[in-house]
This record gives sequence, C-alpha cells and structure tokens, in this order.
Amino acid sequence: MTSALIYALTGAALFLIGVAGLILQPHLLRKIIGFNIMASGIFLVLVGLGQREGSVDPVSQAMVLTGIVVSVAATALALALARRLLDLTGKMRLPGSGEGMPGKKPDA
Amino acid sequence: MRDPAPWLILFPLIWASLAFLRGQGRGGRLAVAGLTIQLVLAALLAEQIASDGARSYTVGGWGAPLGIDLYADGLAGVLLLLTQIVALPLVVYARAYFAIHPDGISYFWPLTGYLLAAMNALFLSADIFNIYVTLELLGLTAVGLVAAGGGAGPVGAALRYLLVTLLGSGAFLLGVALVYGTYGSMSLQVLTPLINADAPAAVFIAAGLMLVGLLLKTALFPFHFWLPPAHGGAPAPVSALLSALVVKASFYLILRLWLHAFAPLVTTVAAQLLGFLGMAAILWGSVMAIRQTRLKMLIAYSTVAQVGYLFLLFPLITDTNPAAAASALQGGVMQLVAHALAKAAMFAAAGTIILSIGRDDITRLGGVSTRLPLTLFTFALAGLTLAGLPPSGGFIAKWLLITGASGSDQWGWVVVMISGGLLSAAYVCRVLRQAFLSIEAGTKFSPVSRVLEWSAFLLASMSLLLGLRSTEVLGLLESE
Amino acid sequence: MTLNESLPLLMLASSLVPGVVIFFLAETRFALRTTLNVAGAILKLLLIGYMLWGVVEGQSYVFRHTVLPGLELVLEADALAMLFVTLSAALWLLTTLYAVGYLERSPHRSRFFGFFSLCVTATIGVALAGNLFTFFFFYELLTLSTYPLIVHRGTEAAIRAGNIYLAYALTGGAVLLTGVVWLYGLLGEVEFAYGGVVAAMGPEYHGQLRIIFLLLIAGLGVKAALVPLHGWLPQAMVAPAPVSALLHAVAVVKAGAFGIVRVVYEVYGVEFAQSLDLLTPLAVVAAVTIIWGSLRALWQDDLKRRLAYSTVSQVAYIILGVALFGPLGTIGGVVHLVHQGIMKITLFFCAGNYAETLGIHKVTEINGAGRRMPWTSVAFSVGAFGMIGLPLTAGYVSKSYLTQGAEMAGMAWAGWVLTASGLLNALYFLPILYRLWFKSQPQAWPNEHILARGRKETALLLLIPPLVTAAATIAAAVFADTNWSPLFWAKIVATKEYLLE
Repeated sequence: MTSALIYALTGAALFLIGVAGLILQPHLLRKIIGFNIMASGIFLVLVGLGQREGSVDPVSQAMVLTGIVVSVAATALALALARRLLDLTGKMRLPGSGEGMPGKKPDA
Repeated sequence: MRDPAPWLILFPLIWASLAFLRGQGRGGRLAVAGLTIQLVLAALLAEQIASDGARSYTVGGWGAPLGIDLYADGLAGVLLLLTQIVALPLVVYARAYFAIHPDGISYFWPLTGYLLAAMNALFLSADIFNIYVTLELLGLTAVGLVAAGGGAGPVGAALRYLLVTLLGSGAFLLGVALVYGTYGSMSLQVLTPLINADAPAAVFIAAGLMLVGLLLKTALFPFHFWLPPAHGGAPAPVSALLSALVVKASFYLILRLWLHAFAPLVTTVAAQLLGFLGMAAILWGSVMAIRQTRLKMLIAYSTVAQVGYLFLLFPLITDTNPAAAASALQGGVMQLVAHALAKAAMFAAAGTIILSIGRDDITRLGGVSTRLPLTLFTFALAGLTLAGLPPSGGFIAKWLLITGASGSDQWGWVVVMISGGLLSAAYVCRVLRQAFLSIEAGTKFSPVSRVLEWSAFLLASMSLLLGLRSTEVLGLLESE
Repeated sequence: MTLNESLPLLMLASSLVPGVVIFFLAETRFALRTTLNVAGAILKLLLIGYMLWGVVEGQSYVFRHTVLPGLELVLEADALAMLFVTLSAALWLLTTLYAVGYLERSPHRSRFFGFFSLCVTATIGVALAGNLFTFFFFYELLTLSTYPLIVHRGTEAAIRAGNIYLAYALTGGAVLLTGVVWLYGLLGEVEFAYGGVVAAMGPEYHGQLRIIFLLLIAGLGVKAALVPLHGWLPQAMVAPAPVSALLHAVAVVKAGAFGIVRVVYEVYGVEFAQSLDLLTPLAVVAAVTIIWGSLRALWQDDLKRRLAYSTVSQVAYIILGVALFGPLGTIGGVVHLVHQGIMKITLFFCAGNYAETLGIHKVTEINGAGRRMPWTSVAFSVGAFGMIGLPLTAGYVSKSYLTQGAEMAGMAWAGWVLTASGLLNALYFLPILYRLWFKSQPQAWPNEHILARGRKETALLLLIPPLVTAAATIAAAVFADTNWSPLFWAKIVATKEYLLE
C-alpha cells in the first residue's frame, strides 16, 4: 500500500465521518464541525492522489489552498448564521419545517 | 470588446464591490447600469457563438493547468443571455420593492452582483475545479441573500440551505479529487477523450458523487426539502433570483457533464432513475403547492415541481434515437428558459401583491383582480408557461419534450408531462380563483409603484413571446 | 409578405389589437372603447367580405410562421374556415353591441371587452388553423381567454362555474394534445387537406389511428359538449348573457364542433374514417347527446339552463351530420354550424333581455311577458320555432338535409332520432311560448330595471341584435337557394370534402 493510497483512504473515511456528523447531529456547532471534518477529508484525498511518482504536484496543492480558503469562509458564514439563530430562537438547532433531512427532528 | 466572456465575470464583480463600498442599501443604480452593459455583452457573445461556433479564452494568457480557461458554447450562451435578461428587470423591480419595504436591502446589491459574477463564471468554466469554486461562491452569496430577510424563519432557512449547499459542493469536490487523481487533469477538454478511452471504478464513483452533490443543489426530489423555506421566506426579488436562476446553474452542470465529459459513463438505469425522481418531484411539488396557504410557499413548491420537469429530459436523451434525443434536449432547454422567465415574473408579481395588501395568505386575495389587474395578469401569464399552455414558451418546451418521448416510444413520460401540466394549472387556478373574488372587508390595498407591476409584466410577456420566437433560442443552442 | 399572406394575419389583428388596447383603457373611456370594438368588428367583416369573394374566385390566403424546425403555425382561409369566420365575426359585432347595452352600468368593462376580443381572436385562429398544431394552439387560447369572462361577476357561483369549465376544458385539451402529438409522431406534419391526410398509412397503423381518433374526438368533445363530457356547459350559464352567447353560439361550443368537422374530413378523410368504422360510433354518441340534452332540457325551470341543455342537443346535430356518410349529411351538419349559431344566439339575447329588463330568470316567471316586450318575444318565438325545425326557419333547412343524409347513409335510425328530438324541442319550447303569449301578466315583474317608455320596451342596444338574428334565421331559410346563403357555402364545402370537383 502506497502512502498516497493511505492518505486517500483516510481522507475518504474522514469524509464519511464528516458527512454523517453533518446530517445526523442536531446541534449546529457539531454540524459545522462535521462540515470541517468532511472538508479535511476531501483535501487529504486531493493531496494524496495528487502525488505522482513521489513528487509533489503543485496543482493539487493550489487546489487544496483554494479549498481551505473557501471552507474557512463558509465556516465563518455558518457560525455567524448559527449565532444569529441562537439570538433569535435561543436554540442551537435548525427550526423544523415539517419535512427534511439535516436536523430532521426539530426539538426533541 | 472582442472577447466579452471575461468581462461578463469582471463587470458584476466591479459593480458589486463598488456597491459594497458605498454602504448598506446603496448601489441600486450601479446594478441597473452594470446589468445593462452585461446584457449587451451577453448578446454580443451569443452573436459570436451563433456565427462562429463555440469559443474559448485564456484568461491573462496563462493557460491550463495553472491559469484559468473560459469556454462558451451554445448552451452556455443561452444561459448567459438568459441570466442577464432575467436579472435586469429583477434589479429594476428590486429597487422599487426595497423603496417600499426596506427589510433585507442592507447587502442586497453587493450580494446580487457577486451572485451574478459567480453564475456567469460557472457557465463559462472549462474545468471542474473552477466549477467547484464558482458553485461554492454561488451558494455562499445565495445563502447571504436568503439570510438578509432577517427573522428566525429566513435565518434558519438560510443556515439549512448553507449546510445543504456545503454538503453538495463537498461531494462535488471529492468527485473532482478522484477524477484528478485518476487522470491528472481537470480540464473538461482534456478529460473528455481520456474518460472515453478508459474509465476505472474511481471515475464512476466520482461521477456519482458529483451528480449527487449537484442534485442536492438543484433541489431534485427528495433533496428538495431546503428549497421551499429558503425561496418562500426570502424577500420577493431574492426569491425570484434564486428560483429563476440559481437552481438552474447546478442543473446546467449536470446537463453539460452528462452530455459531454461523462457521456461514456452514463447508463440507461441512471437516466431512468433521474426521470423517476423528476416525476416524483412533479407530483410531490404540485400536490404540496396545491396545499399551501401562503402564496410564496405555493410558488416555491411550484419550483420543486418544475425542476422535476427538467429531469424528465434524461431518460429521453440517453440511448434513444437521435431525432427524439435532439427534440428532448431542445425541449429541456426551452423548459429551463421558459421557467426562469415565468418564475421570476411570478415571484415578482406575488411580491407586488404582498406589498400592496400586506399579507401572504392565498385564501384572502379577494379584490386583487380589480385593484392590481396588471399584476394578476402577469401572474396568470406566468402560470400559462408553467402549465405549458399555448402560446407560451412552456408550451413549446412541453411539445418538444412530448415529441421526444413519443419519438422514443416512452409513453409513460408523455402521461407524466401532460398530467404535470394539469397539476400546475390546478395550483395556478387556486390563486386566480381567490383573486377574482370581491374585496374582503378590512383589506386595504396600498398603492404600489408602476415599476413593480411593469417589470414583472415584462418578464411574463417574454416567457410568452418565447413561444413564438423559439427558433432563435434553439438556433443559438445548436451552435457547437 | 404579399397581401394574400397578410390577410389571415390582419383578420386576427382586427380583434387582437382592439382587445389589447382596451385592456389599458380607463373604465370611463366608454366612447373610445366602443368605437374600437365596433371598428374592429366592422374591419373584420370587410376583410371577410373581400376574402369570401376571393375564395370563390379560387384565391388562396395562407400565412406561415415557423415555430420550430418542422413545425409551422399555418393560417389558411379555405371554404370551411370562411364559413366559421363569417359566422363568428358577424355575431361578434352583434354581441358587442348587445354587451355594450347589457353591461352599461356594471364594473370592469375594460377587462370584459378586452378578453371578449381575445376570445374572438382565438376563435378566428381556430377557424383559420391550417394544421392540427395551429388548431390546438388557438383552441387552448380560447379556453384561457373565456375563463375571465365566465368568472367576470366575481361571485362564488361564477367562480365555481369558471373552475368547472377550466377543469373540463384543460383536461380535454390535454387529451387532445396527446392525440395531436401522437399523430405528429406518425406523420411528421398534419396539415388539413380535403380528403384527409392519414389515408396513406398502411394497415399496420390502423389500430393506432383508431385510438388517436378517440383521443382527438374526446378532447374536442369536451368543448362540443358531447354527452358525457357536457357537464360544464349548464354550469357556465351563470355568466352574463353576452358571454353565454359567446359560449353557445360564437366561439367555444362551435370550436369543438368545428374541430370534429376538421378531424373527420380533413385529417382522416370521410371515406377513410368510414372504412375504419369510426363514423357509426360517432353517430351513436351524437344521437345519445341529442336525446339526452333534450330530455334534460324538459325539466329545467331556469330559462338559461334550459337553453344550455338545448345547446347540448343542437350542437350534436352538427356532429351527427358529420358522422352521416354522404354529402347530404355533411351539408346538413356544416350548415347547422351556422344555423344553430344564429338561432341560439337569438334565444340567449332574448333571455338576457327578459332578465335585464324585467328580472325574469325562470320559465315560470315569464307569464305574459309577450305583451310587455312584444319585439323580444317575437324574436324568441322565431328562435324557438327554428330549434323545433318548423318550415321557413333555418332549423328546417338543416334538419331536412340531415334527415335525407341519414337515409342516404343507410342509418334510418338517425332520422328517427331527429324526429324524436324535434318533438322534444317542441315539448320544452312551446310551453314557454304559451306562457309568453297567452298567460296573463303578473301583478309585478320580479325586478323591473328598465321601464317601458312609449313603444320602447327595453334599451335599443338590447333589442336590435336579437331582431337581426331572428330575421337572419328566417332569411337563411327563405333565401337558402341563393348564392350567398349558408347552405350554398355548405354545399361548396361538401363538394370539396368529397373531392367531387
């Protein structure tokens, strides 16, 4: 097993854990953390698979950098919205809309 | 300007930033001016594509893989033109709307500018990583616009929308990573022959991930749950932008990848599955629309149903005879265009009604037919397009799609399309029926500006005229 | 674009343009609105006069617009189209005058007349449609432009009627669309032509063609109010009288019947339809409709409702004529398209006059109205005699051709149906006439809006239109053998459909 593959498989596992957290955890902070784990997983896959015969691939590094910037921005926006929601409703959960996936159970 | 394409991205970035610098709530005039120029640019680009075929541009002369390439074919041309055509009346509308009802205006102009920049960039992207970036930008700006409404409802809807869109683009990016890992390239032009030659399992997984990610963003049933609260809760100009254009962007990507780069991976089963999801979306969306009590929620659920229509395209273009497939593809694109125009008009008209009577309750619309006749007429014209009745663009779209379905002997889809049209007519009529009743005691109609009424009417009449002038759109679409 | 190409388009524009302008006129611009309406109607009649002459001379008036590659919007003024167009345009003028008088004080007149003109535009489009696609296009447009007229009053009953109408018509439209697309799939293009266009299809397609026929007739049968698809028509009588006139005589019901004529003669071709055994079932449906409509009419106390069921029955005469194989049946059916229009519009105008002048809505309230409103009642009587089919009325002419057609087609039972229907017509019209002329007036009319002044029994604009159409009912019979009668024109159509030239 090459190191690239180990990185990629770890990344895939992280991705799955992150997605599970994002979907299943009702608490908003946990959802946001789930998203960050998911993003890290993707970056690992990118860096891992991007290595060609041991040498470092600058393109995949550049992509990961861009990805990190995007995910930082997204996290900031999510935190700001979550904060706002806490102020408005007093809860760190998504308001239920009758049907839906993330945060399916409104207030258990 | 010999190359309008890069300017279509730069221009909205410039006016959005200027609007941001001018402070909260400022910049409406900048937006109108900027969009007017963008419209000219898009028309210019469409003209070039129509006469010389698809074009590509190397931004700053760097070239792939480190630089950014832009690529515009007929499909991209249609969507770019559509985006500017829909957005221009909407920003005019938004200025008048926020003048009366300023909730949510604070960062409306810069966010709209960035949204349009992201969308134009998305249509022009030539590699899958850039597509990811533009998707992300589009999602973030759209979330910002939804949240701008304030209040627990819109903020909650925005947060849910944000999480969904992040999940969607996450799946897409993982797909990008797998593709890059396999082929070492992200350029669609480079990838197409490579995928054609040999596609290992990783690429299938990648394609599946990208598809699911995009489906989430397009809100195809059963991934539609986030859409009604987000689109129904935002201020009317925002709802119009999101429902008319933003969901179309991710659909555009599915279509483009399905037709070109990932065409060798496409299977009939996947196509039929998308068709079935589309059918479920039509039924579910329409039934939910009929059951709504709030006008904007009804329109939002109608978007869920109409998005379903778009996906009926896939069973008709996959492994069918070329004539049927061509007709279906034209029908799908016409449906996209017609729906964008009609849905923008419909949300705008609904916004005008709500501004005037101060509430959003379908059962209490009595008197709208006499006090806001033009707005109701706009709503009805848009409804014609949604129900696919002549002489609207929606009718031509339905005709083409049905021709495609009957031409490939898939009669089940014909039944779906025709009954879907009747269902749309049913929910549109629910609104019209109430609006024709006489004024309820206690309802006060405050006067609204003519700009609100006429800009929405312009959109609706374009969706209608499309029915008679569809050859031009299809001509542009055909230019390869 | 040559003159002959632009004439069909001008014909549409002569009602479309006034309609659109009227939408944006203020309620108070009474004079301008009326002028626009009447000018449009007169212009249309002038155009028709010119084109009638041209069609006899063998000119062809065709306009084509490519909607999609291989799909055209075709407007073509052939003999059959001209028959329908002439009827619609002439009655449009009269109905407009009538509506001006009828709606004198009611609100939203701009909206009303705007949609009224749109409705006529759609009807002209239906008439001039040169292929099945164009026909469908205007057919649906007609549905949509009639809806606001039916719900015009904004009452719960009106809105319920409008929704029932829309549900029926749109479902019918959807069925029709299925048939149309299917046929386009088989043929590529379905342009109307004398003798039909599908006869060339091989026998392996005959099963499909039968199903398509069923779909097309079912879709068209909704508007033509064939039993059991007629439920919307009696409901829609809550609309104002000019709208009823439009529904029953000028536009909607006629568009359905006209579509069936086109499908049988110019898509399938009457001989091919006969060889597929499609005509006899159609005749049976028409016969059932004739009898059922008449039976239901017997029990209605509401005057307009009785007239509505009478329409159900009478329009089926047209369908019966179409289904009788042989030129005489065709002549009877086609000429009844016109005759039923002028007779039924007379009756609806009169019913409107009774309601508007005296507040009479029910048959039982009409006692003695003949002395109070003699002119209206004369017109009503002429219309009723026409419906029964008494000599010297238009109804007699159509009926005699239909009866002969039934014999020629070897369907003697159809002749019996016609006789029975004549009797039933007499049974539900004669009691009204008896009440009108021979019963004594009540103490007071239910709701007298317009008082008699000297010899003026009601507003002039309400009186002239029914008198004109009543006169036309008689003239169509008296001058049946001249060169400008509907009968003459129906004979031309029949000659062409049977390729006898």
